[in-house]
Amino acid sequence: MCGIVGLFLKSSALESSLGRHLSAMLGALSDRGPDSAGFAIYRNPAPRGSIKMTLFHPDSDYGWDHLVREMSEEIGTDVRGQPRGSHFVLTAAMPVETARHWLSHHRPVIRIMGVGDCIELYKEKGNPKEVVRRFRLDELAGSHALGHTRMATESAVTTQHSHPFSTGLDLCLVHNGSLSNHNRMRQWLSRHGIDFQTDNDTEVAAGYFTHLLGAGATLEEALKSGISDLDGFYTFAIGTKDGFAVVRDPIACKPAVLAETDDWVAMASEYRAIAHLPGADRSRIWEPSPATVYSWKKH
Amino acid sequence: MIEVDVEALGVRALNERFHRLPPETNERLWKITNPKGAHALAVGLDRTLTIEIEGHVGYYCAGMNKQAEITINGHAGPGLAENIMSGVVRVKGNASQSAAASGRGGLVVIEGDASSRCGISMKGVDIVVGGSVGHMSAFMAQAGHLVVCGNAGAHLGDSIYEAVIYVGGEVASLGSDCVEKPMTEKHREKLKQLLASAGLSARPERFRRFGSARQLYNFKVDHAAQY
Repeated sequence: MCGIVGLFLKSSALESSLGRHLSAMLGALSDRGPDSAGFAIYRNPAPRGSIKMTLFHPDSDYGWDHLVREMSEEIGTDVRGQPRGSHFVLTAAMPVETARHWLSHHRPVIRIMGVGDCIELYKEKGNPKEVVRRFRLDELAGSHALGHTRMATESAVTTQHSHPFSTGLDLCLVHNGSLSNHNRMRQWLSRHGIDFQTDNDTEVAAGYFTHLLGAGATLEEALKSGISDLDGFYTFAIGTKDGFAVVRDPIACKPAVLAETDDWVAMASEYRAIAHLPGADRSRIWEPSPATVYSWKKH
Repeated sequence: MIEVDVEALGVRALNERFHRLPPETNERLWKITNPKGAHALAVGLDRTLTIEIEGHVGYYCAGMNKQAEITINGHAGPGLAENIMSGVVRVKGNASQSAAASGRGGLVVIEGDASSRCGISMKGVDIVVGGSVGHMSAFMAQAGHLVVCGNAGAHLGDSIYEAVIYVGGEVASLGSDCVEKPMTEKHREKLKQLLASAGLSARPERFRRFGSARQLYNFKVDHAAQY
């Protein structure tokens, strides 16, 4: 099962209510995925020369202030951050690799959920309605967002195995379905320098797209290659810094609905999740065709 | 006409209300508002009711229908009119995958497009689609008619038994054991009748007929070595 949602705003008027709308979309699909939920939201770009990282520590009282102070002092640059539920959004004036290296040496327990200029990525075990409440998604503004409600079928129910998966800068993926060639693909991608944190199939798809985008492919080209290289059942929704895309496998048994108005593009496993968006009843609604890439980009 | 806001009343309460109607009921005309993609609306009905649903519906709308005439003024999710027995289900917009799956009788009209697997395992239902159908439509279709005024996706009629398919547009490809057959006067008459009951004005002359080559029916002793 599982439910996936995406909301890409075409006009800035709705940016302040993006979190509230995504929260309602996830709530509507909570019975498709009661095990865990997660979302990625693109917002508040980091200042030039800085990176933004979403970090997770299993201890809810974790001393994030101490981490910020120590990292800032040792590396000698500006580091700030803000906790949100069990996650912490860190903004640091340093290259990505410096931050990764420091964290892996000084805080090996901390998981990096997402990295980029704009992406913030939150995910956790539990009912989706409860998860979005813990992360106060309602109050977040942004330009686009994706979310997932998970009914686990192929790997464990943990925070790390929850969606979205992010393996590249500002890239994230949510998936309804299951892949059958992910073990071989993971080995191949690992040899090409992609790091994986779990044994989950969807993380492999995210790694695959990261690899192709890193090699210079456009999002659309990468997704088209995925149709022949990724074997299994899938409806994918993909977010990048300024883009949003949806693709289904050629058999297309995993559901998907797209809806578009002048103000937004929404994708969901079911129309129920879209029905309450402003103007939904007048939107253009269609079912994405099998093996066809649909993508949108910020102008 | 009885008007019900299903968002306020709830799907289960609405379906129970339909199921409790006695055969001699006077409450025969219904309008359902605010479906908002809800699942299993108006399922398991067995009365001569006329129901209009104003908006888009989710999974399994009008499933197992007997006698009732249900019109959806919007789009329908997967499994529309699944296992329909009799009556009429009409969608003014598009229908998602597996519309009229395993239907035994009655008429399902989709005025827009139907997605993949339309009429999968149909067993006697008549389906008329004003637009196109997706891949694997009429898969293992056993009896009844599928009329497609537009185009049909890949693998049409795969492993078909005795259902009859009429297509007005292009066919991307035929599935195993599905072949084109001659359009005789008898078939053209049947097609005219189906289009008329659906209230669609497509010209019967441009349709082609497809059905089973009947090569998958029996085990062939010549192939024994392959198993």
